[in-house]
Amino acid sequence: MTLQEERHVLVVYPHPDDEAFSVAGTVRMYRNMAVPVTYACLTLGEMGRNLGNPPFATRESLPDIRRQELVAACAAMGIEDLRMMGLRDKTIEFEDDEKMVKLVTNLIEELNPSVIYTFFPGFAVHPDHEATARAVIEAVRRMPKEARPRILAVAFANDTVEKIGEAPIVVDIRSVKDDKIKALQAHASQTAWMMAETEKRIDDGEVLSDSWLNVEKFYPFTFED
Amino acid sequence: MKEVNTQELQELLNSFANKDVFIHLETTNGSYAAHYDEKFFNAGAFIRNVKLRYELGKIVDDAPHRVGLKLEHGWVYAQGITHFKLDTEGRLLMAGLDYTGKLAVALEISETPFAY
Repeated sequence: MTLQEERHVLVVYPHPDDEAFSVAGTVRMYRNMAVPVTYACLTLGEMGRNLGNPPFATRESLPDIRRQELVAACAAMGIEDLRMMGLRDKTIEFEDDEKMVKLVTNLIEELNPSVIYTFFPGFAVHPDHEATARAVIEAVRRMPKEARPRILAVAFANDTVEKIGEAPIVVDIRSVKDDKIKALQAHASQTAWMMAETEKRIDDGEVLSDSWLNVEKFYPFTFED
Repeated sequence: MKEVNTQELQELLNSFANKDVFIHLETTNGSYAAHYDEKFFNAGAFIRNVKLRYELGKIVDDAPHRVGLKLEHGWVYAQGITHFKLDTEGRLLMAGLDYTGKLAVALEISETPFAY
């Protein structure tokens, strides 16, 4: 699938690295088309578990490390408008629901996006992903039907294909694969182990069919009314 | 953080006794535990910036270590502590890192509140 022109793309995810796994290639392609992209990253992944052994960080120093990684990843994706929304990792579902909807509504009113990338509720695994998706969808649902941006959502729960089928939108990102790898590498505190494993397999001469480096898959979220 | 030295950590625990301190206590298996293993029962607990005062803090020399704080009316303890650090802000950060370097438990003590 080739990407269509957009007025403005809004990406809403809770953790630094969610965007690199989910939309890095797609975003890079938008940026290559000069489409404006805003990334609202709700937390700094303060509760990330990977501190290394021997450790490279503490529970208290991790957010600063992940902030720097996020900035570097955005550079790799060409995102010039990064918003760090200041919430705390693993607490989003406990925030006031109206506050969360308002957060998204404010972004929509300011940026007037034609499409929003986020997670698909019910199939997003992490409680922060679910809470983020619920806020985005409720904010858009409240808009007049004709004014609503499209929602393209990532689903990766184990029962996704069984329950909602294969993703109908598959973006071929092979032309920007190197940029996606750079974005993933930028989140080294989260991805170093995984990236090292992938590089070893390349060195070992394996043909990588890793779909996450070739395509990004999305489900459109549609409203009944 | 470095690996627990029982004597050094005991002295640090002593230094915070009988003072008002802020506590961060966390146990976690990660939010993906039940995604990777659907039979896994994922449980954990988290408190941050709860203010208390302990009269006795003790580390048991049995690695991975247990650290207990005896309060006037109760207890705080953490099991599985492997690493510690007194950071530049004078906060005592203790963590239990599993064999792959992932945090499983954290107990932190500070005289000033931790960030949000």
